[in-house]
Amino acid sequence: MRTKYFLALTIAVLLGGGMLLFANPPAGSGSISGKIAYTGTPPKMKPIDMSKEPTCAKQHATAPVLTQNVTTGPGNTLQWVVVYISAGDQEASAPSQAVRYDQKGCEYIPHVLPMVAAQELQIYNDDQTSHNIHPLAKINSEWNKSQPPGSPPIDTKWEKPEFISVKCNIHPWMHGYFVVLKTPHYAVSGEDGSFEIKGLPAGKYTVTAWQEQYGSQNQEVTISGSENKTANFSFKVLPY
Amino acid sequence: MTLKNIAVTFVLGSMALVTVGATSMRAQSHINPPDPALGTPSVATEESHVNGMTGHADRGRKLYIRSCIGCHGPDGNGEGMNAQWIDPKPRDFTEATFKCRSTPTGTLPTDDDLYNTITRGFVTTNMPSWRPLTPQERADLVAFVKTWSPRWAKEKPGTPLTIPPETPITIESILHGRQTFQRLECWKCHGPQGHGDGPSASTLTDDKGNPIRPYDFSSGSRFMCGTTNQDLYRIFMTGLDGSPMPSFADVVKPDEAWDLVHFLRTLQPLKTQEASLWQTYKAAHGADIKPIGPDAATGAQ
Repeated sequence: MRTKYFLALTIAVLLGGGMLLFANPPAGSGSISGKIAYTGTPPKMKPIDMSKEPTCAKQHATAPVLTQNVTTGPGNTLQWVVVYISAGDQEASAPSQAVRYDQKGCEYIPHVLPMVAAQELQIYNDDQTSHNIHPLAKINSEWNKSQPPGSPPIDTKWEKPEFISVKCNIHPWMHGYFVVLKTPHYAVSGEDGSFEIKGLPAGKYTVTAWQEQYGSQNQEVTISGSENKTANFSFKVLPY
Repeated sequence: MTLKNIAVTFVLGSMALVTVGATSMRAQSHINPPDPALGTPSVATEESHVNGMTGHADRGRKLYIRSCIGCHGPDGNGEGMNAQWIDPKPRDFTEATFKCRSTPTGTLPTDDDLYNTITRGFVTTNMPSWRPLTPQERADLVAFVKTWSPRWAKEKPGTPLTIPPETPITIESILHGRQTFQRLECWKCHGPQGHGDGPSASTLTDDKGNPIRPYDFSSGSRFMCGTTNQDLYRIFMTGLDGSPMPSFADVVKPDEAWDLVHFLRTLQPLKTQEASLWQTYKAAHGADIKPIGPDAATGAQ
């Protein structure tokens, strides 16, 4: 009888502990950083003609906006590459703070926006023109909403992980990505191609780097304790 | 014949039956969801409920093979034999994205929505009206169409839009609708005169990247999803999912929406109450009417 009680108690404690663990994965102090480089000749990013939308064209009168699908930086590096933990991470609930996406000067800012599934996403129209925001989701449901100037932000979220191409049909040059991930551990490569994923507990991880035109690459990285590991990626690019 | 012989005959006979069954299953499998990831359709998606009728997917499948497969294809993905000559392309049922819905953008349509679409057809596309089929047959097709995507097993249709009673058709309503047409920049695609020739029109693509035209209001009396003022109200409030036409439900109030409906009617080559009010107004105030388009600074009256 006593053994039974003990067993039940043990199971309860284990279950409870497990659930606690599930709700709040321990914040680690390990990190993975690196650079995203390319080899080959990248395509030339083209200047965007916004003359059909004078209110936006005016904002870029000095320097025209360039397309961003292959944005390069100094030393053959690539910007806008999402680096994230694709395996080995613990389940985590979505962060409580919202991520923000802006339509400004007829551009999507940021061009690539990562977020966690079920995390709140707020979409703003800062322009003096109507936009229609049209996420071409395949795994989640596709929708398409008009957002005239002065409208309140669109408050939404994505339930399932997916790389979602976003476009504005009124201004066909506007193109960006919502990158919906399972993990809260991600980074986007900056202007110099560098990234850092922080707050990783010890563990064996698969790190994935995703570029909108050249796809995904993986690396295995093991973190023990509060160390920083380096993971560099290189994409082969083509001039067209 | 001994008892043993009877048993042997029975067993062999059953085996033969099973084999025949399996063969005919295989013969039919080309119109089942081809991708195992799509999953087996649940029982819930095997039926439709329209106007008191219950549609059955197994009967719908036979009708599909007879009437729909040429365009929508054996895999339900819109890649039938005729699809290459068709523009806009036939619907891909595996995505469960539908233009004509009474439900909010991003949600599944109701059975009634699909039934109405099959019944009405699309005036601007190759999709004909299927009134030659009986109402029960059309309900059966609705049930079958819903077996192509696992979304039908996992999600419920959205809550249909509530359409309040239409406001009176007055010149004030039309003029305010005209302002709304300018403010929401409908003209960017549909053109200042509603001819489907706005500055963004030539760049539009559907969700598969195929070129698509905005609706030309001068083309006739029928809209993409119906003919009545209520249908027109519903079209811009819910948007046409899969196309560039967005939903305006969050940014247009019901009164404004009716005003917009009344103005849109004046763009049609029809003798409507709206058109005659507008003609009278134009005859009296023609010089004061600002054109719609990029040059109209604020509003358009």
